[in-house]
Amino acid sequence: MSEKFLFPDDTDRVDGVAKVTGKARYFAEFDLPGLTYAVLVTSSITKGRITQLNTRNAARAPGVLAVVSHLNRPVTAGYESKEGPAMRIFYTDRIFFNGQPVAMVVADTFERATHAASLVEVGYEKEAFNTDFDGSLDQVKKPKNPAQGAYQRGEADAYKQAAVSVEATYTLPVETHNPMELHGILAFWNAADKLTVYAKTQGVKATQGTLARTFGLPAENVQVFSEFVGGGFGMALRTWPLEIGTVMAAKLVGRPVKLVITRDQMFTMVGNRPAAWQKIGLGASRNGRLTGITHHSLAQSSVYEDFMENITGMSKFMYGCENVNTTSGIVPLDLSVPIWMRGPGEATGAFALESAIDELAFKLNMDPLDFRVLNDPETDLEKNKPFSDKNLKEAYKRGAQAIGWKNRVQRPAQLTEGDWQIGYGVSTGVFGAFRRSATVRAVLNADGSLVLQSAASDIGPGTATGMVRIAAGVLGIPASSITFELGDSSLPPAPSQGGSSTLSTVGAAVNDVCLQLLGNLKELAVNAGLKADAPFADILKKNNLPYVEVTKESKGGAEQAKYSMYSFSIHFVQVKVHRRTGVVKVSRIVSVGDAGKIVSPKTAKSQMVGGAVGGMGMALTEEAVLDSRYGRYINNNFGDYHVPVNADVPDIEVIFIDKPDPHINPMGAKGMGEIALTGFSAAVANAVFNATGKRIRSLPITPDKVLQETAGV
Amino acid sequence: MINFQYLRAGSTEKALALLAKDKNASFIAGGTNLVDLMKKGVSSPDKLIDINKLPLKDISLEEGHIHIGALASNAAVADHALIREKLPLLSMALNKGASAQLRNMATVGGNLMQRTRCGYFYDITMPCNKRKPGSGCGALEGYNRMHAIFGHSENCIAVHPSDMCVALAALDAVVVIGQPNGERRIALSEFHRLPGKTPQLDNNLKANEIILGVEVPLNTYGRHVQYLKVRDRSSYAFALVSVAAALELDGNRIREVRLALGGVAHKPWRLTATEAFLRGREFDPALIREAANRSVAEARAFKHNKFKITLAAESIVQALSEASQQS
Repeated sequence: MSEKFLFPDDTDRVDGVAKVTGKARYFAEFDLPGLTYAVLVTSSITKGRITQLNTRNAARAPGVLAVVSHLNRPVTAGYESKEGPAMRIFYTDRIFFNGQPVAMVVADTFERATHAASLVEVGYEKEAFNTDFDGSLDQVKKPKNPAQGAYQRGEADAYKQAAVSVEATYTLPVETHNPMELHGILAFWNAADKLTVYAKTQGVKATQGTLARTFGLPAENVQVFSEFVGGGFGMALRTWPLEIGTVMAAKLVGRPVKLVITRDQMFTMVGNRPAAWQKIGLGASRNGRLTGITHHSLAQSSVYEDFMENITGMSKFMYGCENVNTTSGIVPLDLSVPIWMRGPGEATGAFALESAIDELAFKLNMDPLDFRVLNDPETDLEKNKPFSDKNLKEAYKRGAQAIGWKNRVQRPAQLTEGDWQIGYGVSTGVFGAFRRSATVRAVLNADGSLVLQSAASDIGPGTATGMVRIAAGVLGIPASSITFELGDSSLPPAPSQGGSSTLSTVGAAVNDVCLQLLGNLKELAVNAGLKADAPFADILKKNNLPYVEVTKESKGGAEQAKYSMYSFSIHFVQVKVHRRTGVVKVSRIVSVGDAGKIVSPKTAKSQMVGGAVGGMGMALTEEAVLDSRYGRYINNNFGDYHVPVNADVPDIEVIFIDKPDPHINPMGAKGMGEIALTGFSAAVANAVFNATGKRIRSLPITPDKVLQETAGV
Repeated sequence: MINFQYLRAGSTEKALALLAKDKNASFIAGGTNLVDLMKKGVSSPDKLIDINKLPLKDISLEEGHIHIGALASNAAVADHALIREKLPLLSMALNKGASAQLRNMATVGGNLMQRTRCGYFYDITMPCNKRKPGSGCGALEGYNRMHAIFGHSENCIAVHPSDMCVALAALDAVVVIGQPNGERRIALSEFHRLPGKTPQLDNNLKANEIILGVEVPLNTYGRHVQYLKVRDRSSYAFALVSVAAALELDGNRIREVRLALGGVAHKPWRLTATEAFLRGREFDPALIREAANRSVAEARAFKHNKFKITLAAESIVQALSEASQQS
């Protein structure tokens, strides 16, 4: 287990210098001979048919090579299949959502393509549509998989019989991922049956698979590069129609085609965190034991494709409660399909559950921290299994000490600083800890340097840094002599970067391949008459080998069935709420991560800091506003869709429990990307209540909501 | 984006002559708003006349007032020693506008001319009487959280987005306008228009005119000023409500006072009646509260911006309290 690791003290992000000096190249920065530029024409109606598509003026405009649409797209093998979603780019004349791509103009410069796109004339036949989530909560579609739909243990709605209970409704708006890097792709057909793309993807193998299936190619004929990704947060976990369209365009013009979509298009065609409605009922005995948890959730989806995430998951296992019932449903709307966004499902659910826990603790006149500790279960009552590793009581204690929880006053609206009311809040976050299958190749060179290769991805957490540290720990060589290569579909396979599983999965494969390499080297050493622990360079020299190469697949085993595996976080915040204007400022943050062994402290801390900032956005500012009369977003730009700015963000203290999980993988390390954000918004809402006595159950907590809410105590 | 002609003017006379030649020409200086409008298809001038070479960047102390050239950047004005010393309210307002990058590019003249940030105005598929007269107002029955509570009409409920103009309105600034045959001056509070039946007209600048600068009278408020901006995040966000407040105190007596609101109307909303109510009275919390309540008595809100009435009153109380305590 982890005792064998001799991690270097700390390692700077291995690609940090490349990133800050501009040497790191992102998909849009690649230039190929004969490169052309694509610009999308999008639907201005929400539902209906294209009746007329006049591309004559656009096609005649200077520099234009092609106008691609459903009228002239190339034959595409995957489109002949009846399987798959009804909405495929340039498939038919059907319009499923406002902002749907209806044509793509390809020209020799970006500016000429932009101009020509404005010349495409589209006629429509409009149909009645519905994009109003709040007004459609009675139009629920039950999920195909019944396991996603409902859950019950013990009695249903037991909270209604409890000595003390709360029941409340919580709402979240549409949130968009909107990473700094815009989405797009650069596609080039090397031959009639050979495709190369520079992509923005969280999984080069997944992109390779989708493109191969869609265009009827053997997977090895599709080469995907995506070494650097400028943020993903989940939106690059699938190959979007706009990418397929660009590959089609490249086929049509016979030249490389690059598409980079615009910021407003980032709101409509690359997914979002769905708007959600939740109702929670919680009941407890007078001494604070939870006796009933009920959690209903509804979330927005699209009419042409179902999307459903696990919003009620946390309610089933987080607390020791015999009676739990949950239901989940989706509300299909005439909008583009949502996709997982950082802390998918759990971040939405945690806002409701962890707010309700705070409400119930208050009603019981208990410190919400004591209430959580009292109801912290020893085993997972949903799966009926022991947790592989959980240190929540220690995490609560250390976080409380760091934030100065003892300064919190149980009765709300008691602390002030000038015109500001001060409050403290806490919330728990959780996400499943997974280990999937990955293959890593290790090449040890004659000079003792090591190259590791796997088709993993890095959307920012510092994947290569973690991998290099694991290899250094196993082999006992300096991290600076190790390189980790990723983001190339021709490398040994690895899963997509999603669900906080890369470090566990690929890291375990790095561990295993390095152990095997070590074994091989020992054998070579002894055979050559050297000591088993001779320097690697000496072993290769003595054996007259230019390099030693090992490739190994690695995956989890029986432990995954035996244990319930999760990563946990506790977020503590102090807020200041202005007594006259309702402005909320987060003045202090302490985030505690309980995610097993921390392999790379610097990049792990960065993950937690980034998650806290994302959580602040979710709590206080982020909301994609839709006008349901038109089916269009109103604030589809960075001036009006507010993510936190530097001036909003206080110093963020990060604490790691840093104890290896004895079961999940050889390092004992679990994922952290999701828990960094999950639960954060509830901590802010709970702190706002503590500061003001006002309970805001609708995100984001903007000044108008604080002003209009009356204090409940 | 439609092709356009780009010309550079070397003098004010030349700029005006070029402008006179083409009905659909537009001046460009910092371009922080116009370029966005062109990208979005909201504005499509045939001809852009670059006026950055014009000698209009000066900031100087004149007889009884400070002159600020139309091409002085927002950052240059905000950080100028003369402005910080004599017009701290203007400096505060400018520094709360936009972001550092934008303030470096944006000019005083451009700030006066900037157009509303109403989402319906920027989306050419939506109705908007300001962009396309007669097409209707998308915001009236739509998403109007950011919209006006004063001076709106059934044709337009958009707000003017500037912070600088709110401070200038409070400071009795005058806009200096160049014409083909001379100059004219207009009070800043008369420069912008209410929407009425012609929401397409933001202001009273005529088609053949150019802004040369603003003149701000020297004042006796000293440090008793405050620009309070309430917004959804700490920087790079438009005001939900802002207040420019200036006080001349004689002991506890309010000898003189200026108040203007931002984010509430189609123009900076000067509160002259409230000023008259406060003038000569003893500064005390009850009086300030009464003044704030009177200030919003005529406000009319829409579905999503009712909070602005309360927020405006609370912000007036806060800004006046803070202004009185500045030293």
